[in-house]
Amino acid sequence: MIKEDYAHVASLDAQHELAIEDVSGIELADQHRSSRKMTLNMGPQHPSTHGVLRVVLELDGETILKARPEIGYLHTGIEKECEVKKYQQVVPLTDRVDYLSNLNNNLCYSLAVERLLSLEIPPMAQWMRVMLCELTRVSSHLIWLGTHALDIGAMSVYFYCFREREEIMKIFEMFSGQRMMTSYIRPGGLALEPPRGWHKFVSNVQERIARGIDEYENLLASNPIWVNRTKGVGMLPVDVMIELGVTGPMLRAAGVKVDARKDDPHSSYDKFQFDIPTRQANDVYARFEVRMEEMRQSMRIVKQALDGMPSGRWQADAPHILLPDREQMKTQMESLIYHFKIVTEGYRVPAGSVYQVVESPRGELGYYVVSDGTPNPHRVFMRTPSFGNLQSLGAMLEGVLIADSIAIMGSMDFVLGDVDR
Amino acid sequence: MLPEVVAENEAALALSRQLPDAIVDAQVAADGPVLFIDAQQIVAVCQALKQAGFERVSGITGVDWWPKSPRFEVIYLLHSLRQNKRLRLSVRLTEDDEIDSVCSVWRGANWYEREVFDLFGVRFRNHPNLERIMMPADWEGHPLRKDYPVHGGKYSYQDE
Repeated sequence: MIKEDYAHVASLDAQHELAIEDVSGIELADQHRSSRKMTLNMGPQHPSTHGVLRVVLELDGETILKARPEIGYLHTGIEKECEVKKYQQVVPLTDRVDYLSNLNNNLCYSLAVERLLSLEIPPMAQWMRVMLCELTRVSSHLIWLGTHALDIGAMSVYFYCFREREEIMKIFEMFSGQRMMTSYIRPGGLALEPPRGWHKFVSNVQERIARGIDEYENLLASNPIWVNRTKGVGMLPVDVMIELGVTGPMLRAAGVKVDARKDDPHSSYDKFQFDIPTRQANDVYARFEVRMEEMRQSMRIVKQALDGMPSGRWQADAPHILLPDREQMKTQMESLIYHFKIVTEGYRVPAGSVYQVVESPRGELGYYVVSDGTPNPHRVFMRTPSFGNLQSLGAMLEGVLIADSIAIMGSMDFVLGDVDR
Repeated sequence: MLPEVVAENEAALALSRQLPDAIVDAQVAADGPVLFIDAQQIVAVCQALKQAGFERVSGITGVDWWPKSPRFEVIYLLHSLRQNKRLRLSVRLTEDDEIDSVCSVWRGANWYEREVFDLFGVRFRNHPNLERIMMPADWEGHPLRKDYPVHGGKYSYQDE
């Protein structure tokens, strides 16, 4: 019975045809003792995959000969759902794509729609977007660091990381009323006016985390177990990585200086001073170093945003797109009409298509939005970084030890919601 | 003949010199040029563009224009890291058309083409492993087609 099931698995992939043998291995061991292969099914419920990822491994002892990631267990049809929603109703769906970097997804979708609408966003909203996106990056990297270290066996880092992440969650709650699914960045600006006292609150958190990053790095960077488990593990030639669609910190740890914040500046990122950290080693340790440095740079950007936050409106001047102020609705007829029209009909976006890229914590995040001139998007394609990064897993796991596969998967920092959408 | 709107674009110019009848149409979208490519020549075009510096394909996706004809559009989002440039290719296909896979040009096209096949039902010739990727292997229908229902259908939670 078991044998038949495995045969079905193997037939799914012609390229990575797996040699199926008796899983008990008793008979085969006598015949060819030297090459006893075994097929192991890792996942979809495996703690180290951080979600529902299934990897079919062909093993020779402890060595992985072939690995084939199977995805789709978290496919929820978000792209299909977008097509029946109005433009403003898509924003909460984008939160749920990559549930660890919601604001980056909000931002990417909003920028795409704004580009189709040719909307001008006031500087204050742009700076606020930058500040919140960088805080998201830090909170996402903190989760990555905590869980990655936990997988490799360092328990205490997890608690430090989640303690600091909680502070960032409090900022999001303060701004939007939600900890995770914020939907705070919307086409036209921000969802709500920034709350009173945000500056002091964010300053305190910024100082605390900027100090904390060194603390976490000290816990791991020279820890012999950490170094032995991560150095020289998970390497792949750079050109193969580029071809397979790897982006973000993984590619930067391989020495390729690519970052959408510098290459394709949006939301006044060009007004901020920050560096793009790169490493040449291209192993799990280099990815750790790059992400740690990225957190420092993000904190630098947050500091600049706090110091130089421009004053002014937090939403664009576009009454036909943004819901009016409640006070105005009660006193002005036009506001009431706009409110009625936006809520019942939505707003029309000129026909056309746009591919908008932002740098999410995991790499190149792109939204390809096609409009046919109606209030519903005709097509929303999410080019998610985790999907491209995960495609390299099969190549990266070939020939490594099964224990190293945990370190490699941790270093890829994928979110399965982001892969399957 | 190179359409006028992209006459200034270097990549389009080089491509039209190399493959004179590959570009059938062109547009300039909000984020840059879009070249409409003859479906028969897509692999040759991608090969030429890879030589010209587009070392990665960011993504491949589809758009369903049902009930208009030709029904499908397959979009290739190309990216050049060295030149920091992006280019969008588009191929128009009818429901019965097949298109050649570009996996031989960029290995990363593999999963994206499988996704387009799974969700739109566009078939890619010479793909190493054209199987469903998001939906279960025995799923019927292609969910992102416009004539596929959003709710209900065969599997409805209301029956449970």
